[in-house]
Amino acid sequence: MQLYVRRRLSNYVVVGLSLAATAFGLLFLVFVLGTLLANGIGALSPTLFTLATPPPGSSGGLINAIYGSLAMTAIATLIGTPTGILAGTFLAEYAHNNRLGDIVRFINDVLLSAPSIIIGLFVYAILVVPMGHFSAWAGSVALAIIMVPVVVRTTEDMLNLVPSALREAAAALGAPKWKIIVTVTYRAAVQGMLTGVLLAVARISGETAPLLFTALNNQFWSTDLDRPMANLPVVIFQFAMSPYADWQRLAWAGALLITAAILVLNIGARLFASWSGLEK
Amino acid sequence: MSVSLASTTPPRSDTPAQPGESATVTPFPVKVQIRNVGFHYGKFEALKSVSLPLHDRRVTAFIGPSGCGKSTLLRILNRIYELYPNQTATGEVLVDGQNILSPGLDLNLVRAKIGMVFQKPTPFPMSIHDNIAFGIRLYERLPKSELDDRIESALRRAALWDEVKGKLRQSGLGLSGGQQQRLCIARAIAVQPEVLLLDEPASALDPISTQRIEELIAELKSDYCIAIVTHNMQQAARSSDYTAFMYLGELIEFDETERIFTHPREKRTEDYITGRFG
Repeated sequence: MQLYVRRRLSNYVVVGLSLAATAFGLLFLVFVLGTLLANGIGALSPTLFTLATPPPGSSGGLINAIYGSLAMTAIATLIGTPTGILAGTFLAEYAHNNRLGDIVRFINDVLLSAPSIIIGLFVYAILVVPMGHFSAWAGSVALAIIMVPVVVRTTEDMLNLVPSALREAAAALGAPKWKIIVTVTYRAAVQGMLTGVLLAVARISGETAPLLFTALNNQFWSTDLDRPMANLPVVIFQFAMSPYADWQRLAWAGALLITAAILVLNIGARLFASWSGLEK
Repeated sequence: MSVSLASTTPPRSDTPAQPGESATVTPFPVKVQIRNVGFHYGKFEALKSVSLPLHDRRVTAFIGPSGCGKSTLLRILNRIYELYPNQTATGEVLVDGQNILSPGLDLNLVRAKIGMVFQKPTPFPMSIHDNIAFGIRLYERLPKSELDDRIESALRRAALWDEVKGKLRQSGLGLSGGQQQRLCIARAIAVQPEVLLLDEPASALDPISTQRIEELIAELKSDYCIAIVTHNMQQAARSSDYTAFMYLGELIEFDETERIFTHPREKRTEDYITGRFG
């Protein structure tokens, strides 16, 4: 009986500590979102989506930065998704337990945890310096480099979750390996793989450091990928640090927009992941 | 264990007492001749020089305790083991006289000729229709109507058509376990193989589904050479014509099922089928 009481008590203590830790974590999340909403809601206006970033003292919006973020994220996704999925497929299906696979997997993990400012500096050295100017291309490449290891990782993990019995069943019908991967394994893993891509997009859409060195910023509306291009993270960085009240308001608005977009992406990824349950 | 063999095994006065010898003159010629087949998982020897024939349009059951190598042997017959590294088979498996273990052969063509159904149902994550069409499309380009006919006849042969005919476009994952297994059998026979390998096809199923699978095996043997691995002694007695008893990687005894279950020559066979070990 004594033992039983002691167990119950230690159970209460552990549950209490876990709850406290959860509350502590959630508190900061709510705090961050609350501050963002308090400062950002007032700064929202329709002109955000119609005017470009203004000089200090005049009214303006964020359309050039919104466009720039969308464009560079889109190009990075177009480069990063196929690269990441193919590399992840190589790791899971062709190099599952050989030495080359182990090496590639290790390097990918290093890349996954590399500080994004290092990636920015790298692209600065290999693209911006030789080209002689900042450009949206360089920004897209930097974002793609950040995206690839995330997609490789999730793709490999999701493919590894597909039971080998499914591959055997397809092989037993006489299907060649590539056909098994494309028509059976991918189909079994597609939800998880696309969820990984969405999460990677969410990750790069808020990156600032790699863009500082590559796309820089542009005060004006520009769609030329060969020129510097405005983007939300760098605009937020510049405007929030400025002494001008109207710039700071725009920075808060931009921060709210990014957060909302990432939230939508994350929820989308969630819905997508659970959508498979409906089909069954 | 009392199994009424007389009522379930067909009369076979024409089959030889020693199957494998002079078998070509019987109505059920040898389809697959397994000759001195050995197998290694890495350094571990899982099979030691196994030899036996599989007769066409007959069912051969492989029984034996877990780890005796019966599933391993089945996995050699369509070379599915080659999906994994460090697994090597030696010896010969002659299908219609051609050694399918010889390295020069096109592996996928071998597998298309030798169908396999696994222990756990493995429907692909696609519609019932596409599950069946998958294998057919690998080697044949058929007009839509012909493809649909093939799918229907495969599902009919697998005794699944009446249950799924209205929902061919629905996911195969939505079927019950027994239906999924019959879907897998339909998928295997849709590519018109010559040999059908069944690796404990009913062990994950309830008794009623098991019975349907056994009825199905009895149906299918009029067309195929069937090899079945089973843990279920009654199942082996009910649905097979020949039985091979394996133990620790060796073939202990191979004979007509009726003989194995009534007058086994080996003491170990008798011990196993009477439930004294295994």
